[in-house]
Amino acid sequence: MWGGAAGRALGLSRALAGRRAAAAVARCWRAADNDHGDLSFQTGPRGTLENTTWKIQLKSHITLPVSLTEIKSLFTTKRLFSTSRSTVDSKEMKKFQLLAHKWWDEEGEYSALHSMNDIRVPFIRDTLLNMSNNHQLGNPLSGLKILDVGCGGGLLSEPLGRLGASVTGIDPLEDNIRTADQHKSFDPILAKRVQYKSSSLEEIVEESAETFDVIVASEVVEHVADLEMFIKCCYQVLKPEGSLFITTINKTQLSYVLGIVVAEKIIGIVPEGTHEWEKFVPPEELQRLLESSGFSVKAVNGMLYNPLTGSWSWTESTSINYAMHAVKSGGQGQSSYTDPSSEMQREQHSATAGTSM
Amino acid sequence: MAAACGWGLLSPLRGRLRLRPGGAGPRAPARANASASAAPLYDVVVSGGGMVGSAMAAALGHDIHFHDKKIALLEAGPRKEYDRLPDSYSNRVSSISPGSATLLSSFGAWDHVCSLRFKSFRRMQVWDACSEAMIIFEKDDLDDMGYIVENDVVMSALTKQLDAVADRVEVFYRSRAVGYTWPLPYHSCDTSPWVQIELADGRRLQTKLLIGADGHNSVVRKEAEIQNIEHRYDQSAVVATLHLSELSDTASSLVWSTSHEHASELLTMDEESFVDSINSAFWSNINHTDFIDTAGAVFRSAISLLRPSGTAVRQLPPSVAKVDPKSRAMFPLGMGHATEYVQHRVALIGDAAHRVHPLAGQGVNLGFGDVACLAHHLSAAAFNGKDLGSLKHLLKFETERQRHNVSLIAAIDALKRLYSTRLAPLVLLRTWGLQATNALPPLKEQIVAFASK
Repeated sequence: MWGGAAGRALGLSRALAGRRAAAAVARCWRAADNDHGDLSFQTGPRGTLENTTWKIQLKSHITLPVSLTEIKSLFTTKRLFSTSRSTVDSKEMKKFQLLAHKWWDEEGEYSALHSMNDIRVPFIRDTLLNMSNNHQLGNPLSGLKILDVGCGGGLLSEPLGRLGASVTGIDPLEDNIRTADQHKSFDPILAKRVQYKSSSLEEIVEESAETFDVIVASEVVEHVADLEMFIKCCYQVLKPEGSLFITTINKTQLSYVLGIVVAEKIIGIVPEGTHEWEKFVPPEELQRLLESSGFSVKAVNGMLYNPLTGSWSWTESTSINYAMHAVKSGGQGQSSYTDPSSEMQREQHSATAGTSM
Repeated sequence: MAAACGWGLLSPLRGRLRLRPGGAGPRAPARANASASAAPLYDVVVSGGGMVGSAMAAALGHDIHFHDKKIALLEAGPRKEYDRLPDSYSNRVSSISPGSATLLSSFGAWDHVCSLRFKSFRRMQVWDACSEAMIIFEKDDLDDMGYIVENDVVMSALTKQLDAVADRVEVFYRSRAVGYTWPLPYHSCDTSPWVQIELADGRRLQTKLLIGADGHNSVVRKEAEIQNIEHRYDQSAVVATLHLSELSDTASSLVWSTSHEHASELLTMDEESFVDSINSAFWSNINHTDFIDTAGAVFRSAISLLRPSGTAVRQLPPSVAKVDPKSRAMFPLGMGHATEYVQHRVALIGDAAHRVHPLAGQGVNLGFGDVACLAHHLSAAAFNGKDLGSLKHLLKFETERQRHNVSLIAAIDALKRLYSTRLAPLVLLRTWGLQATNALPPLKEQIVAFASK
């Protein structure tokens, strides 16, 4: 996503203000790239240094005879860089850049994510089967359009594609998309059903308003920069009554001890530095954000990883990992508080007999 | 450092994913160029169209989660099907356990068997040649203990059921696979991730999962470089169809395991002498010694003090009237067990994975058990959208089956060795052991239950 934005900024400047403006933007971008700070203006010595560098560049341009539109365009590109109104966190991107080729090694760094498919795919599949009225034999998810946000190497997109859905996987990191594309290319069925795009969520909002039946954001929301905006974008891209599945990590003492200290530093089942406890999201807060954005939360389940067997299981407690299923409210705008038991009954009545199990 | 420790703890699969670039010899990994990608891609290829291989293909073909998958079955021989059974019985016969019958009925093949011919049995009696000891197995409830079915009947039923799903299962008759090329565990850009199969007539296939059901001399197992623990018994089995001297004319199947020389003799002698040999083997007391007989009698009376009903109705050994002409045949016996049943994108079932002595009538039932277990795991994997050749669920199949098979194979081998000797101490041991086991119904029930799976 950053690549795209910078590219667009460069293109804009080059078109309007000539080579010097472009060079200035490029220099600023490279300067920001070299140090590991966020391009959004945060407090801290590095941040202020960026501020001053940028201001100096801008001043030198204002003295030149440039048109007002050029100044405006520079200001707009500055705004694109300066606010944190983006869901993508470039620090997170760098973390995943290094491991972009390791996605499909089932015993490697991502082995826990591979084995998580054993519970998250059945969870998604069974929830959707229960909600739908008709489904083909052997293709439980056929006819559904699914968006996999933060698809990485396509670990979750491929099983959903094999079950019959049309999956679009997006990820801000181009290397991840390249790995995912290359992995699916050998299987003609997957190549048809699964498409990947290197983009952030907000970038596809305009062209994909209300086009997806399901959004899956698995192990993503603990890496985004602005969670509220992320959820709002999900709302815009989903069809009414569409489903949103999120799996993420709770923000508790237990999740710090087990999820970061033990998992990353002691046993090493998660690559070191993958997670930041500050960015973990408690289920109550996620539920609040979802319901205030027009979703209705249907299910919350705790997940537990057993490092000895390398397998995941469902559990009562959501203290560490959990999965959440929410549904976008229908066209008439139902209230976010619904009686869960009557909701469940209505769904069961509408689903006709015959799951393909 | 921590990551390395983590790998050590949590990577039981590491040793399994050997980075062999494409099998033994000069074969290079398949290049994903135009000619390789032109080879048709199947989800599952079963190599070997015997009873076990055909059952595997039929089970997958009838599975609801394989509705849109492509399956292929490779069989080197011609198509076998009987519209009408020959009047005489075939000499190759199998004892089908209730568990195997359940598998066959799960995809509709058992109905065909019933409509052709089979015989159920409720009771099994075993005599010791060197003593009076014997053991009787029977089920308390009125269920059948097993069924005696000719192999051709089973094959015919399986062929019919394969025809019923011909849109999903493609059977290649007269097609022998001559070469396999294995993919790397996680592929790079220019190598195909699928198994490449080359047939004798030059055709090529690709598959996501190769199932080897090609018998105890499995080519799949050899090409995958899976070690096989094998042992040739110095015995051959003579099979024949007999007619007993009963009032009604019922046929019976014979499997006689004996030394190679004796087996050749039995084959070459005329039919009358053959019948005489069988009868004397059942009835003669040549191998009895007084010592053993006395010891056995003492033990038996001791048991009857503790359990008055410990000895059930004793059936005398059968007497044979005649043997069907041209029904005699022999084949060598051996034991074998593959150290691994699975590898990345490969699984072995049936005799390719394990070979046993026919004394317990378990050979094909172990194979059908493999089929049921593997079909169950593949079905679950397909319903979870998994890559069918992935080692994770294949290992679950291997663990489950090895746990069951190893104990049974070891027991059969031990029984074979125990009963191959005439040495007095061992005869005494087995005589008392047999009598004791016969007197313990719970133990016998366990044995029957284990063998019926």
